[in-house]
Amino acid sequence: MAAPKKAAASAEQDKTNGGSPPDFTKEQELKALRDMLLIRRFEEKAGQLYGMGAIGGFCHLYIGQEAVVVGMQMALKQGDQVITGYRDHGHMLATGMEANGVMAELTGRRGGYSKGKGGSMHMFSKEKHFYGGHGIVGAQVSLGTGLAFANNYRGNGNVSVTYFGDGAANQGQVYESFNMAELWKLPVIYVIENNRYAMGTSVSRASAQQDFSKRGASFNIPGLQVDGMDVRAVKAAGDEAAAWCRAGKGPMILEMQTYRYRGHSMSDPAKYRTREEVEKVRHDQDPIEQVRNRLLAAKVSEADLKAIDAEVRDIVNASADFAQHDPEPDAAELWTDVYR
Amino acid sequence: MPIQVLMPALSPTMEKGNLAKWLKKEGETIKSGDVIAEIETDKATMEVEATDEGTLGKILIAEGTADVPVNTPIATILADGESAADLAKAPAPAKPAAEAAPPAAAKAEAPAPKAAPAPQAVAEPDPEVPAGTEMITQTIREALRDAMAEEMRRDADVLVMGEEVAEYQGAYKVTQGLLQEFGAKRVIDTPITEHGFAGIGVGAAMTGLKPIVEFMTFNFAMQAIDQIINSAAKTLYMSGGQMGCSIVFRGPNGAASRVAAQHSQDYASWYSNVPGLKVVAPFSAADYKGLLKAAIRDPNPVIFLENEMLYGHTGEVPKLDDFVIPIGKARIVRSGSHVTIISWSNGMSYALKAADELAKDGIEAEVIDLRTLRPMDTETIINSVKKTGRAVTVEEGWAQSGVGAEIAARIMENAFDYLDAPVARVTGKDVPMPYAANLEKLALPSAAEVVEAAKAVCYR
Repeated sequence: MAAPKKAAASAEQDKTNGGSPPDFTKEQELKALRDMLLIRRFEEKAGQLYGMGAIGGFCHLYIGQEAVVVGMQMALKQGDQVITGYRDHGHMLATGMEANGVMAELTGRRGGYSKGKGGSMHMFSKEKHFYGGHGIVGAQVSLGTGLAFANNYRGNGNVSVTYFGDGAANQGQVYESFNMAELWKLPVIYVIENNRYAMGTSVSRASAQQDFSKRGASFNIPGLQVDGMDVRAVKAAGDEAAAWCRAGKGPMILEMQTYRYRGHSMSDPAKYRTREEVEKVRHDQDPIEQVRNRLLAAKVSEADLKAIDAEVRDIVNASADFAQHDPEPDAAELWTDVYR
Repeated sequence: MPIQVLMPALSPTMEKGNLAKWLKKEGETIKSGDVIAEIETDKATMEVEATDEGTLGKILIAEGTADVPVNTPIATILADGESAADLAKAPAPAKPAAEAAPPAAAKAEAPAPKAAPAPQAVAEPDPEVPAGTEMITQTIREALRDAMAEEMRRDADVLVMGEEVAEYQGAYKVTQGLLQEFGAKRVIDTPITEHGFAGIGVGAAMTGLKPIVEFMTFNFAMQAIDQIINSAAKTLYMSGGQMGCSIVFRGPNGAASRVAAQHSQDYASWYSNVPGLKVVAPFSAADYKGLLKAAIRDPNPVIFLENEMLYGHTGEVPKLDDFVIPIGKARIVRSGSHVTIISWSNGMSYALKAADELAKDGIEAEVIDLRTLRPMDTETIINSVKKTGRAVTVEEGWAQSGVGAEIAARIMENAFDYLDAPVARVTGKDVPMPYAANLEKLALPSAAEVVEAAKAVCYR
């Protein structure tokens, strides 16, 4: 029973010490900035391409939440798996998947990670240990627990990082998975990305227990509430959770308090929240601006930061170009990959 | 008057059991709740508790007696004041269970274990088994267990998970002994959380493990069907071939006996609808073994539909080091020239019995055991129909959008000009499964219905 108490204490600390997690080195700050910028510019471009009709179907943008995946990824080691739901572009880029392959999948081209057969919500990379990209809300939680089961079975010391949102946190299979993960001491970090809205339903209108770090309480799974807009706080929590898992103590829950600037999907009427609310978060808490301001305060030059910007823009523009010119899948692809 | 203790039915499908041991002697005092004997069924060893008080007057069935039918008097209990002399007053134990036992009566259609092993009706030699192969007689339950054990010995990535698969030794005793041989790491009891553990199995399979996920029955797999279809069946395609999963979902499917609507559904047509899944539904003990081994090795998700009514049935299983039957191949189990009867799983019970009946009337039926529903062996069906010109499908599931409907469509598409009569379907009736014994029997197909359908397509 020590675990939940410890977690409660940590969570309290996180709330009260007003966002002063351990400082990053300059290199860490620069890496975080670059990786978050890549996601943001990528998502802006994806939004643009969607508007042009180059991307079809559903397209859920990650803008605003970048610190979560970037900070978590900094806490992981080679071999750790990542799995998430349908708002997945940021996760893929953070694991090191190529922008070209992700963007080409969004446009349904043969050079996409799934040869154009998966689309925005269904991409995978065995090489980068990214297990999708799942379109059914909450399904990735059982699957991610299964990845941890496999780690445990093989005794390979790897951790499964299983992301889901505040909406998915109300699904039944999440709790079935929590129970088995703690029962069998599986190495899984449940990262609940609380961006305050499940589609258009705010947390207060959907959740009886709004402190998601406590969602594992009945299973004795410790949880932390983390400022998910501060990449340093995310990494610190990720470090703690990964150490917990690798020590064989079972799962841990990290509630990342974050915010999505864009709509749920491209067709979101945005009637459920005010423009002012979005503007305020952007102005006060933007994860990228936080890092940029710290770097400027640490006398990193504007020119250096602009160079990062330019590098990222080049990658994103090249991916957009590739994704629009790469051919569609061959018609014969219709019949492949049903069985192996 | 002395009270008779009858051989109890310890499960809905039990027809007989072995009287393993008497724990009380004649003349001993018995209180209500005392364990007086141990009964072995093909599933488990169970204790018989006295429900009456008195003295154990006479043991009518000696310990060690095998195959005692349910409802056979096994002992008499003398009430206070009664003596051995009163034993004569007890009804004579001469005519036991046979017609008295309701479970046996309800099961009249299904071949009784050991007494009439169904697969023995098979006329055609199995092409998968080399001539001269030594055969061993086992129950389907044992064949399944052996298939899993052999594959687990062969591949350390194979594991079994599900409710009661380990310490309980399997709710239907199919996983008996696996925990003892392979340990708790590979034989895993799960909480009652089908959706969750199906997802965990699929996630583990995505990394290359090969889980065998047992559902206590496929009725409960409805809780997990999202993971089976959306995650297991579709991921290979959605990942452009990068990531699939080698996983077996297995367990009893369809009607058992007197367990009513929520525990009696046949899901064959549901799963056989889905690309990305393979669906296997065998009938004979040898096929159960060979196909389960194939399913475990298959790199794709396989739905392995078993039938509780068949678990205790025995059949000849080839004694081969590695007996694997390829998925996707039907088998002609009886040759004939007048009509083709197509079935699988327990539907074969009706089909084979009907073929015997039809032969008495001079109609030679060719009986095809599909064994695999997806991919379906259309070729074997079509070749047979081209020969006979007539076809009857037999399934326990519902008719609408059923597997029989699919077979009929394929025959129409591929052998329309060869048909001398419309394809007939014998199916479960279009109602939720009733509980009452007579209604349940009516809801299921029968050999008589198959005979009738076969005669109809032969215009007889």
